[in-house]
Amino acid sequence: MKQVQSTMAGTVFNIIVQEGEEVTVGQTVMILESMKMEIPVEAETAGKIVKINAQIGDFVNEGDVLVTFE
Amino acid sequence: MQKVLIANRGEIARRIIKTCKKLNIETVAIYAEADADLPYVKEADSAFLIGPSQVQQSYLKVDDILALAKREGVDAIHPGYGLLSENSSFARKIEEAGMIFIGPDPQTIDTMGDKIGSRQTMKAAGVPVVPGTDDGIETLEEAIQEAKLIGYPIMLKASSGGGGIGMIRCDNEQALSQNFVSVKTRAKAYFGDDVVFLEKYISGGRHIEVQIFGDTHGNTVHLFERNCSVQRRNQKVIEESPSPNFPKPALERLLQAAVDAAKAVNYRNAGTVEFIVDEENQFYFLEMNTRLQVEHPVTEAVTGFDLVEWQLIVAKGELLPVINQADIQSKGHAIEFRIYAEDPKTFFPSPGNIKKLQWGSTEDIRIDAGYEEGNTVTPFYDPMIAKVIIQSETREEAIIKAQKFFSSVTIEGIKTNVPLFQEFLGAKAFQDGTYTTAVLPQWLEQQKEEIK
Repeated sequence: MKQVQSTMAGTVFNIIVQEGEEVTVGQTVMILESMKMEIPVEAETAGKIVKINAQIGDFVNEGDVLVTFE
Repeated sequence: MQKVLIANRGEIARRIIKTCKKLNIETVAIYAEADADLPYVKEADSAFLIGPSQVQQSYLKVDDILALAKREGVDAIHPGYGLLSENSSFARKIEEAGMIFIGPDPQTIDTMGDKIGSRQTMKAAGVPVVPGTDDGIETLEEAIQEAKLIGYPIMLKASSGGGGIGMIRCDNEQALSQNFVSVKTRAKAYFGDDVVFLEKYISGGRHIEVQIFGDTHGNTVHLFERNCSVQRRNQKVIEESPSPNFPKPALERLLQAAVDAAKAVNYRNAGTVEFIVDEENQFYFLEMNTRLQVEHPVTEAVTGFDLVEWQLIVAKGELLPVINQADIQSKGHAIEFRIYAEDPKTFFPSPGNIKKLQWGSTEDIRIDAGYEEGNTVTPFYDPMIAKVIIQSETREEAIIKAQKFFSSVTIEGIKTNVPLFQEFLGAKAFQDGTYTTAVLPQWLEQQKEEIK
């Protein structure tokens, strides 16, 4: 099972994708807000999204799993 | 005024402590968990943990800060910049509790904090504003209609926005349609208010601002200008004074307009009037920042005054230290560089432990740093870790001095924009002084192409 982890601590500003959606490599799946900046989180691999583990407004830490792929 | 609470963190808290020490004023610092080890916490006469690391649970907790201030018996509260500095309800509560808010009248914060309202106030005072809508725009249809009248490109802006957040350039109707909802959403998320408006985009624009100061006796002066056109993500990176390539007659009109703007709102304490200046040196009011700015040391360098000291004096109800405008002179040239913990190419933040921090040859160079070697830059706050202020007789000399300085800096453990300065200082676009707000993105693009 593949995952997208948060590269830094921050607040989930926006979630671009939905569970069940197919994404391609490099596609932005989520936008974090950290240190007064919006930071896009990109999918490193292609695949179908099984689960989104965060909600808009959640605070996430570095290494937290944000999205799980098939 | 014997005891001041500083409702801020990092380098600006440290900066305020420095002046308070000079004036024998006792200081009370507040800190969130993540900031416990920072120098300002140790340098204050007393420091209190105010909450967990996130600003909403610490530095923005108005009632907790007020309760602490009362308990500690402080006479005044300095808000620094950012955080609660432009929060009028915080300012009001301080005054209602019988303490002094070191800043403007809360009503002025309200008037200038609303960008649409401040545009109207300035227009009425005869200060030129950027052509745009007089009121907030409700719908996309209305925005498209108005944009046609103004002419593209336009800037779509949040009325409550600031700090480079909540604005986007739209080159055509398609871009406006694409961005309309997202700017509204962002404005709501960041500032709690989704009113937006349109302004004409001034091409070839430079961002030039004027430091103003007022007291409670009706005196208003300016302390000259700062050119802050070197920006990334609509946020300033380098600021300098005097502004290069700005003819004296235009400068004099600009300084006068800033004083008029301040007088129009009976401004007291430190403030900055920001203008966008076009290729023909025509200038337009952008916004007024009702607080001390990050880049105030540039002005301190060329005028020789301590602006925090001025703030404290004016807050006590005393006269401005200098009332006669002619007695305020600008000497030499000063440039400030903001050192950010960020990737110098992508500009994404780079938090982490500062394993090594050696500034190198710092003789005759002012460094306002919020962090020291061994401190950790945490992801909870703005990524700025220090400001470097370089002063010389001429701009050319200041640039050479800056180049020498940056080649001697070693920072390890986090990425910073020091490598960017090392390169950019040698760029012709910066050296000739004719640059606009597009200079940094354009230069980076050019670098990429040269590598290809």
